[in-house]
Amino acid sequence: MIRRHPLTRRLIAGRSGRLRSRVAALGTCLAVAGLTAGPALIAAPPAQAANDKTLTVALTQDVDSLNPFLAYFSSSTQIGRLMYDFLTAYDPKDDHPVGGLADKWTTSADKLTWTYHIRDNEKWSDGQPVTAQDAAFTFNKIMTGQDTWGKANGSFVTNFKSVTATDDHTLVIKTSKPQATMLALDVPIVPEHVWKDVKDVTKYANDQGPVVGDGPFILTEWKQGQYVKLEANKNYWRGAPKISELIFQTYKDSDAAVQALLKGEVDMVNGLTAAQATALKKQKNVTLNQANGKRFTELSFNSGAETTKGVKIGNGNPALKDVKVRQALTYAIDKQQLATKVEGGYAQVAEGYIPALYKTYHWDPPASMKRSFDLKKAGDLLDQAGYPKGSDGKRHGKDGKPLSFRYTAHVDNSDEKLIGSYITGWFKDLGIGVKVQLESDTKLNEDLANGVWDLMMGGWTVNPDPDYVLSIQQCSVRPSGPPNGSTGSDQYWCNKTYDTLYQKQLADFNQTTRAATVKQMQEVMYQDAPSDILFYKNSLEAYRKDLFGGFQTQPEPGGQILNQDGFWGIYSATPASELKNSGDGNGTSNNTNGSQNASSSSDDSGGGHTTLIVVIVVIVVVVLGGGGGFAAMRRKKATAEERE
Amino acid sequence: MSALIEADLLAGDVDEGGGSGFGRYLATKIGGALVSLILVILSGFFLFRILPGDPVGELTHGAAVSAAQKEHLRHQFGLDRPWYGQFWSYLTSVLRGDFGTSFKYSRPVSHMIEDRLGATILLVGSATVLAIVIGVWLGTRAAWKQGSAFDKTHTSIALTLWSVPTFWLGLILLMVFAVGVGPIPGMFPTGGMTSPTAPPGFFNHIWDVFHHLVLPCITLVAVVYAQNLLVMRSSLLDEMGSDYLVTARAKGLRDDVVRRRHAVPNALLPTVTLIFLQLGFVVSGAVTVEVVFSWPGLGSLLYDGINVPDQPLLQGTFIVFSAAVIVMNVLADIVYRFIDPRVRAV
Repeated sequence: MIRRHPLTRRLIAGRSGRLRSRVAALGTCLAVAGLTAGPALIAAPPAQAANDKTLTVALTQDVDSLNPFLAYFSSSTQIGRLMYDFLTAYDPKDDHPVGGLADKWTTSADKLTWTYHIRDNEKWSDGQPVTAQDAAFTFNKIMTGQDTWGKANGSFVTNFKSVTATDDHTLVIKTSKPQATMLALDVPIVPEHVWKDVKDVTKYANDQGPVVGDGPFILTEWKQGQYVKLEANKNYWRGAPKISELIFQTYKDSDAAVQALLKGEVDMVNGLTAAQATALKKQKNVTLNQANGKRFTELSFNSGAETTKGVKIGNGNPALKDVKVRQALTYAIDKQQLATKVEGGYAQVAEGYIPALYKTYHWDPPASMKRSFDLKKAGDLLDQAGYPKGSDGKRHGKDGKPLSFRYTAHVDNSDEKLIGSYITGWFKDLGIGVKVQLESDTKLNEDLANGVWDLMMGGWTVNPDPDYVLSIQQCSVRPSGPPNGSTGSDQYWCNKTYDTLYQKQLADFNQTTRAATVKQMQEVMYQDAPSDILFYKNSLEAYRKDLFGGFQTQPEPGGQILNQDGFWGIYSATPASELKNSGDGNGTSNNTNGSQNASSSSDDSGGGHTTLIVVIVVIVVVVLGGGGGFAAMRRKKATAEERE
Repeated sequence: MSALIEADLLAGDVDEGGGSGFGRYLATKIGGALVSLILVILSGFFLFRILPGDPVGELTHGAAVSAAQKEHLRHQFGLDRPWYGQFWSYLTSVLRGDFGTSFKYSRPVSHMIEDRLGATILLVGSATVLAIVIGVWLGTRAAWKQGSAFDKTHTSIALTLWSVPTFWLGLILLMVFAVGVGPIPGMFPTGGMTSPTAPPGFFNHIWDVFHHLVLPCITLVAVVYAQNLLVMRSSLLDEMGSDYLVTARAKGLRDDVVRRRHAVPNALLPTVTLIFLQLGFVVSGAVTVEVVFSWPGLGSLLYDGINVPDQPLLQGTFIVFSAAVIVMNVLADIVYRFIDPRVRAV
């Protein structure tokens, strides 16, 4: 301690003590004034209230590119669907192919030539007509290079022989082999007169608004990492959207996005967690759309990772090569409990590979084949497979060691962590050990490719046409040589019957028989159990029903609004004021409530400026002065004590 | 390495007999900085290749992309070449000032850094300046009246805020001051740096950005000012027992003057070092605050790059961040020479 002269000490105490109590008093006054005046000022009518036709959607996923030839991420392709029409679209109600840019199409007898008729009188947003030449240009460019124009959409044209425009309205595509997915070409068609001048497409950002397009919206501005702004295409051939402007506002944190929805700064949020959805359900101005998911969540079994040449990859547990063991494990997983306890009920219990949302292709096992949770049956199967329970209560592998599997899951996914602890419990009853390994996404994919795993969590988002997710289960997607860190295969499964059926469905142009084949493929998978499909997670979205309504889900009912295989959800968005006029929709009853809320939520109002300044002053004074005021009070007491 | 530089420095100082001492001092410091920068560039390459994961697999996961296309991408990114080939092209392009093209965003990394630099400097810069001013001011008062209620209150407030998780504090501030709770109205935006619907015009824009800046800036100040406060407080306490202060008081100087003219300038030395270090980190942003408030800065850009891993983006940001710290360190050394005569005297 430093000793100071008593006189000095008293001097400081007196001087600054007085000053400080004055500051504190001022601070308190300002704080009271601020708190009472604040709401009054902020409640003043906003300066610009013409924004009720602007739909703002929180964008919680990253946008990689708005160039449709480069964009991989679903957030980016979603915006691409709003900017450009495809040749065909998927019906909003049941996903069957409907007209897009093409309104009619025919197939030759040998199924190798497809002729599309391009809609008459359709115009690009700069007034030029949309022609078959534009479509031919787009496909031909994609066919020129897998690492340039074909970067994102190259997989759609691998079987194409030629694409030509015979006149302004006729597009002819010739394929090498018959291809059943010719009405599922998810390729945005771009205007030739704009894109023919693009020199290096891999460096073309396509963000100089207004970007010429023919979809329901026109891109006007993109501030990377901040927002994407689009305006309604008044001349859209299906009719102008009911909203005038569409904004995707970036939120890096989904809790912040939920707060923005409550405030009304955004009108719509998706990708909600179960906890967020449950909390939003209780809000009176918010509608929760609990959509059936397009994604399945699975637990993969390493059924013996090999190259296509039969060379073993990695160190998967050999017990999992036995189908009986894999089936036994599926008996030991209570999916209903996982859906309820882990996903908070926001999931459909699953068996088949294609989610229930896609009614045409979804398959459920008949009761006789279905493997429901039954630990006894699981134990019997393991006994049969030659892994009886020892005297120590554990099952032993062929090498005599206790049977134990690695459970590999994503470290940033708390659901998967929880699923791990449930599985550990069930497998323990079965006499099998589980070692939970939580890894980053990148590490997990590397381990998957290198075959260094036994049980692994994963999943896929499925398109209306299931071809792609079916294709990645073929024997041929396994690497031919040593793995190089990445694989197209999800579990290194290989089944010849499945492969034969895959080729059969690919060349089948009758949807009914093709669907039957696809279901048969799922049955083969289910029997051979390369993985256990656990559930189809709900896609959770919420919107402000006091501000917007009339959203068309896809499919209907039970589908989602955002991230559709189309643009219907956003295209159909209707401001609450118009819903009231037309007397339909779900925004009507809450409208009085809503308009109040809308005005109080505006943050750019002129009146807010004064409030803002007052509040800043209050914050500064409270932080600095608050401590001082407290100190001054304490000091008075201290000096009093000192005097005694 | 640093030992070597120091030895160099000593040797240099012994040689010189006064005169051009400053030039030599400067040359050694800058030389040392260059060596550090070269090491940063060399290690930047290897650092981000130790990260697990395959950029091609990560980027295309979930998209309908064939194995052949992935091979094409791998070739385009140069990932199919042996490491020394990749290293060589990395070195040559970095020396030309070219950080390459981001795997994820297909844009030149240097453009992306330019785009984000302003946002980061604005947020972290203003927060750092505020934190320095508040920290030094409070630290001085606290030390001068050590053990007083003022000291105890402010030290504990600062330490509490220092130990609060940034993410949590940010979300609480967002809920209270952006959305509004009870009588407190929501008066700040919930995220971003500009509002897409803001009216055009220069002053409107300035106001809009300021409006967005308040909450992230307060969050950042709240969690970092404690270190300035504590360093200032402890270094002033070290000075307070000194004889020269007794002399100053004996001359009859007012206490305020004793503090301002004699104690604080001497106590500022460690704080200056800290300040320059903090300024060096201004560029690298504050990842957590940038994420909570969706602030489009460099910190969140780095964060976006890591989960790919987008090696060109990571290398570019890493070099820029490190260079900022190195430059600020050199500046600190130079300033030190002016404010502390002892450094000159050696």
